[in-house]
Amino acid sequence: MTPEPQPTSQPQRIDRYVGQYAERAVGMVASEIRALFAVAARPEIVSLAGGSPYVAALPLEVVGDMVGQLIAGQGATALQYCTAQGDAGLRERICDVMALEQIRAHPDEVVVTVGSQQALDLMARIFVDPGDVVLVEAPSYVGALGAFASYQADVVHVAMDDDGLIPEALEEAIRRTAATGRRAKFLYTVPNFHNPAGVTLAAGRRHRILDICHRAGLLVVEDNPYGLLGFDGEPMRALRADDTDGVVYLGTFSKTFAAGVRVGWAVAPTAIREKLILAAESAVLCHSSFSQLTVREYLNTQPWHEQIKDFRELYRERRDATLSGLAGMMPSGCHWTRPAGGFYVWLRLPDGINAKAMLPRAISSRVAYVPGTGFYADGSGGQYARLCYSLPDPDRIGEGIRRLAAVIETEMQLRDDFGPMSAS
Amino acid sequence: MFFKIMSDLERIVVLAGGLSPEREVSLRSGDRVRDALAEVGIHAVVADADAALLSILRANPPSAVFPAIHGVCGEDGAIREVLGLLGVPYVGSVASACQMAFDKPTAKALTAAAGLVTPPSVTLPRETFHDLGAAAVIDLIVAKLGLPLYVKPSRGGSALGAGAVRTAADLPAAVLSCFAYGDTALIERFISGTEVAVGVVDLGQGPQALPAVEIVPGEGAYDYAARYTAGKTEFYVPARLPVAVADEVARIAIAAHTVLGLRDLSRTDLIVDETGTAWFLEVNVSPGMTETSTLPLALEASGHPFGRTCVRLLEQAVTRGA
Repeated sequence: MTPEPQPTSQPQRIDRYVGQYAERAVGMVASEIRALFAVAARPEIVSLAGGSPYVAALPLEVVGDMVGQLIAGQGATALQYCTAQGDAGLRERICDVMALEQIRAHPDEVVVTVGSQQALDLMARIFVDPGDVVLVEAPSYVGALGAFASYQADVVHVAMDDDGLIPEALEEAIRRTAATGRRAKFLYTVPNFHNPAGVTLAAGRRHRILDICHRAGLLVVEDNPYGLLGFDGEPMRALRADDTDGVVYLGTFSKTFAAGVRVGWAVAPTAIREKLILAAESAVLCHSSFSQLTVREYLNTQPWHEQIKDFRELYRERRDATLSGLAGMMPSGCHWTRPAGGFYVWLRLPDGINAKAMLPRAISSRVAYVPGTGFYADGSGGQYARLCYSLPDPDRIGEGIRRLAAVIETEMQLRDDFGPMSAS
Repeated sequence: MFFKIMSDLERIVVLAGGLSPEREVSLRSGDRVRDALAEVGIHAVVADADAALLSILRANPPSAVFPAIHGVCGEDGAIREVLGLLGVPYVGSVASACQMAFDKPTAKALTAAAGLVTPPSVTLPRETFHDLGAAAVIDLIVAKLGLPLYVKPSRGGSALGAGAVRTAADLPAAVLSCFAYGDTALIERFISGTEVAVGVVDLGQGPQALPAVEIVPGEGAYDYAARYTAGKTEFYVPARLPVAVADEVARIAIAAHTVLGLRDLSRTDLIVDETGTAWFLEVNVSPGMTETSTLPLALEASGHPFGRTCVRLLEQAVTRGA
């Protein structure tokens, strides 16, 4: 019998450049988690996921008038290129902002960036070769992990507790890195109202951390988006305030004014600063003049101190609603941090419950959070979830936590049904 | 002809989005349909299935709707039921047919009754595992169906919550992953072989099978990442099947389309094993229309330009009426 002919058919891969991408792009693929977040953005879902500030609390009409006047009066500058270091007038005002955290800096020391996210990218760009060690907290900000991963850093997590980074764990991480014949390029830390953990580095630990890093010759990258959003007392003294040579400070207006203007900054020792400026120039030529001047005008003409106080009160109310909801509704076995500022509560789920695996059920129940796995370079952290309370109002927060509690209870039942078998 | 199209298809709404985990995929499908229509001169707007939809459709009733919502609401018949209530013509199957097709166990049972070969399976809600004891139920499943197995939610798509199981020890975790996306699991014998998708379109001459698309994931399974990351999967159109087998998968796709009472378009997923037997897995009433989806590939390969085909389907919907 004559075999049936096989049709000739050339493979189609849709992407004709497959095989030509850099190694660092290998992990850039569609993901189920990102697909779920597309649903989480819908208003039907109570989203405790994204860390977006409540910009609706801004006096939007006033800001609108201000922007109109900016274009009418200074349009030729606002719509033109500027220097890679950023607008000089804005850098002056940035120094005023940092003075609230007792940083004394000269405008020449400041480099304006596209949010602090670009500063993270630039720091990795000028310091990290593939395989270089970067120390970060456990857990750490997902955006920083992404920036470091894109330069193929070997990220090493350092444990935290309720008082922030643990000095002994830092010493141990430095020792272990040295034992492999390597030296970490820098320590990345979010000392205030940590994202995602919600904890703050205790005042008593700050000098110790700086001292450990100084002795090890380890540069500190202090990322401080939430420092002015504390609910009690005065802002904490920045690490940079006590070590101008050993600390690169990153700030942003995303949380204190508007995330959409994408204006942040870095303050760095001279040599690093010069490299940051050159790296920024090669990345974007210069930053948005329009955004920079918008922020400058806002700081020059609007009561921004008062606005930050308003934000603090608003977020305090939402933090309280979150903690009250968790205390009243979470099943036993759940534990969570109690932030004194910022946006986040770090929720530990009962043993055997995985937040990433639970997310589809949560979305079906119309509540969203960020699974802890996103905050660890090695994908651990499955028992944790980040809850962000900045966007929903207190009633919605309560409803979201009610839904989440029911989802966790269902997961616990499934764990009880299948757990013993999974363990065998 | 062109002027007729313009007059009949004055206002087209592409439905995309929804609240299922396939929302992102659906939005991509919807945008692709809208853009393909624009390329042939038909202006369409994309609308989400949300609280504003009824007001939008009532305020300015469309000539026809092209549903591109996947998963619950889009494929379970719900949104088409609502379109029927509104008296709006739409492309695709009626609600009752969608309900049968979207429920995979029902679709398997109906196609099996019509003589199609489908992997042996069981369908169990999570309460059964709870009430009878998961360990005992799992033991029974393995004893009856053997290994390897394939676990998936009884309703849903894009391989979300789905996965192969090689050992009995891995089955509980797979069932748990499945239950994250739905409360009922379809557990079927895993059939190893060539994975193919066969589109069916009916452009007025009855259902016609498009060339089978062979799916070769670059690494591992044809999971969510492999489906929606350009370049991660190789497609062969037509599938590299012997002619008789290619004819057989086409026959199966048309049979599934017909038995389930589907209309306009569908996509049937099959596995061809090493003996040449083609196994029916499931049928989709709102197939993906993204850049990496198989139905548009098959349409283009068979000389049916995507945009013109969408227009033809819309024209049929208008002619048919609500």
